[in-house]
Amino acid sequence: MHPPAFPLLSVQDLKAYFYMDEGVVKAVDGVSFDVYPGQVVGIVGESGCGKSVTMKAILQILEPGGKIVSGKVQLRVRRAGRPDLDTGGPNSAEELLDLTRLHPNSKLMRKIRGAEIALIPQEPMAAFSPVHTVGSQIMEAILLHNKVSKAEARQRAIDAFRAVGISMPEQRIDAYSWELSGGLRQRAIIAMALSCNPRLLIADEPTTAIDVTTQAQILRLLRDLQREKDTAIIFITHDLGVIAQMAHYVVVMYLGRVMEQGPVNEIFANPRHPYTQALLKSIPSVQSTPRVRLPTISGSIPHPFNRPKGCPFHPRCTQFIRGVCDSAAPELLAVGKDHLASCFLYQSQEVTA
Amino acid sequence: MTTPKPASSPRQVLLEVRHLKKYFPIYKGLMRKVVNQVRAVDDVSFFVRQGETLGLVGESGCGKTTASRCILRALTPTSGEILFREADGTVTDLAKLDRRGLARFRPQMQMIFQDPFASLNPRMTIFDIVSEPLYVHGMRSRAERTEKVAELLRLVGLRPEYMQRYPHAFSGGQRQRIGIARALALRPRLVVADEPVSALDVSVQAQVLNLMLELQEALSLTYLFVAHDLSVVKHISDRVCVMYVGKIVETAPTLELFAAPRHPYTAALLAAVPVPDPQRRTAIQELPGEVASPANPPSGCYFHPRCQFAVERCRQESPQLEEIAPDHFVSCHRAAELSLPGAVSHV
Repeated sequence: MHPPAFPLLSVQDLKAYFYMDEGVVKAVDGVSFDVYPGQVVGIVGESGCGKSVTMKAILQILEPGGKIVSGKVQLRVRRAGRPDLDTGGPNSAEELLDLTRLHPNSKLMRKIRGAEIALIPQEPMAAFSPVHTVGSQIMEAILLHNKVSKAEARQRAIDAFRAVGISMPEQRIDAYSWELSGGLRQRAIIAMALSCNPRLLIADEPTTAIDVTTQAQILRLLRDLQREKDTAIIFITHDLGVIAQMAHYVVVMYLGRVMEQGPVNEIFANPRHPYTQALLKSIPSVQSTPRVRLPTISGSIPHPFNRPKGCPFHPRCTQFIRGVCDSAAPELLAVGKDHLASCFLYQSQEVTA
Repeated sequence: MTTPKPASSPRQVLLEVRHLKKYFPIYKGLMRKVVNQVRAVDDVSFFVRQGETLGLVGESGCGKTTASRCILRALTPTSGEILFREADGTVTDLAKLDRRGLARFRPQMQMIFQDPFASLNPRMTIFDIVSEPLYVHGMRSRAERTEKVAELLRLVGLRPEYMQRYPHAFSGGQRQRIGIARALALRPRLVVADEPVSALDVSVQAQVLNLMLELQEALSLTYLFVAHDLSVVKHISDRVCVMYVGKIVETAPTLELFAAPRHPYTAALLAAVPVPDPQRRTAIQELPGEVASPANPPSGCYFHPRCQFAVERCRQESPQLEEIAPDHFVSCHRAAELSLPGAVSHV
C-alpha cells in the first residue's frame, strides 16, 4: 500500500493527565503517530497502557479529571459539500484543524464526532440504549449530521444495515438492542459508526467481548469496508493476532508511552524494543508446541500512581542498564524506515553513529 | 450411544462423565408452567485420566461451564453419571450423592475461578482466604494453618510475608496465584479451572500458565481446563474436548486435534483464530450464521445450518460420538470422508 502524502490525522506529542486526589496519573505521556487515508493503524498494549485514553483524548471525551496537557491532534476536515463542517476559514476543499484547540462541547467538535471520526466501542451491549430501537438511534446520528428528512434517514439507516451484512434490514431496524445477538449488535454498532461516512474509524477493542467465530466475521467486515470505502481505521486491541491480521502500521504502548512503532511486518519480524520482543514471545499460539514453558515477562504492570522513573518498562526488562534506564526516559528514535523505538539500547548507537 | 472408552493407557481414569445432561426449565405465566427447556448440557460423555489436562473449549453458551459445575456438584445434573475414582480405587457416582454424601469428595475437587477480582473476598486477608478451606476441613490450630499457608504461598510464587495483606494490594496475576493457592490447600486430586487466565493481561497469562504446568508436575494434579481461547487450551492440554450447543463434537489428543481436526466445527474454530503473523494474512475464514440456541436447537446435527459440508442426513439424524482413532472421538456423519485443514505448524 502506498500511503498518500498527507496524513488524515496526525497526533503529535499528545499528553493527557488525570488529576485525582491521590495524585496525577500520566495516562498518555507523549504519544505521536500519523494515520493516512485508508490505513489501518493498530494500537497494542496491556491494561493501563493508555491506548483507550489516547482515543478519548483525540475525540475529547475524557472522563472527568482528565485533561489534555499538551500536544496536537491535527485532523484534515472536509469542507466541500459539508456545510455542517464549515469552520468559517478560507475556502478550500479541506483544512487542517487542531482538535485540542476546540472546546470539547463546541459545535464544531460535536460535528466532527460521528461525521469525520466515528467510534466503535468495546461493549456493544452498553453502546445502545435499551429503551430505543437501534434504528431510531442510528437515525438520530444521521439526522444530526445531515439535512435530510426522517424518511430519508430511515432509508439510509436501512442501507447502512445492509452494508454491514445484516439480513432483513427493514425488520431488524425496528429491533431493540437486546433482541439482537452479540454479532448482530456489533454489526449494528458498525452500521451506526459508518452511517455518516466518516473518514476515520476508531475501533476500541471491537471484538474482545465476542466469540472467535463471530470475531472472524466482524474482522472480515471491517477489512472489506476499509478496502471499499478507503476508510482509515485506528484499531485498538491487546490481541496480537488481531493486529497481525488487520493493521498496516502498529503502535506498541506501555504505561502511557510509545515503546515502539513501525510497519506491521517490521514489528512482528524485527521487533526492536525488549517489551515488544517479550510480548511476542510470551503469547501461546495455536501453532506452537503444547505443554512447554512459555517465556514470560517477570513482574506485573505497575499501578499508574507508582510509575517507575525513567523508562517505564525498566523493572521488568531483561536488558535493563543500571543508571541509564532508571534515570531518564528514552526518546522515540528511528531504528529503521518508519520504524521507531524508545529504548536506550538504540540511542547509544545513535550517538556513536 | 456408547460412551467414549479410554484407550489402554498406563494412566488410570480419575473422572468419567457419562451421558451428563443439565436442562434448565423456562417458566412462563402465573402458574410458572414449564414451557421449554434450555439444554445447556445435552448428553455429554468424556473422561479425564489421572495427571493429565483435559481442555474443554467452545464458544459462549456451549455448556462448558455448566458441565464443569455439574462435575463439581455446584449444580445437580438432570441425569447422567459422574464417576470419580478415589485414591484407594473405589469409584463413586457423584451425580447420585446428596450434600452429606458429597462432603467427603469436596476436598478432592477444587476450582480456580475466572475473575481474580471477584473471587477473593476484599474483607478477608490472604491468610483468611487461603486457610479457610483448611479450617473447614478440620485444621483447627492457627500455628499449623499459618505454616501451611506460608508453604502454599511459596508454592505459587508469593512471599509468605504478604499473608496479612488484603486482596486489593495485589495485581491481577498475583490474585490469581492466591486463588490457585486456595484451590491447592487441601491437596485436591482434580482441579477444575474455568477460564483461569482470560481476565489477565497477556504478559501475565504466560506466568500463570507456566505456574499451572509446574504445579501439575510437582503435585501430580489433574486439570479440567475450561476456556474459550484455543491457543491457551492448546498450550496446557494433553487432550481437548470441543463443545457446541451442549454437545461434544470432538475429543482428541491436543496435537492431533489441532493438526487434523475431523469435525467441521473444530476446523472452523481453528480457522477463525487470528494468527499473530502478518506474513500469513490469509483471507479470514468466516463461519456463516450464529451459534444455535440451546433452548431451540436445530434438527439433526446442531451444527448443520452453519456447516458447509451438511447433507440431507445431517438435517434429519443426530450424529453419535464415535471413536475414529485411539482416543479420538468425533460426532459427525461425514467424519470418515472429510479432509479438513488444521492449524498449520510453524516448524
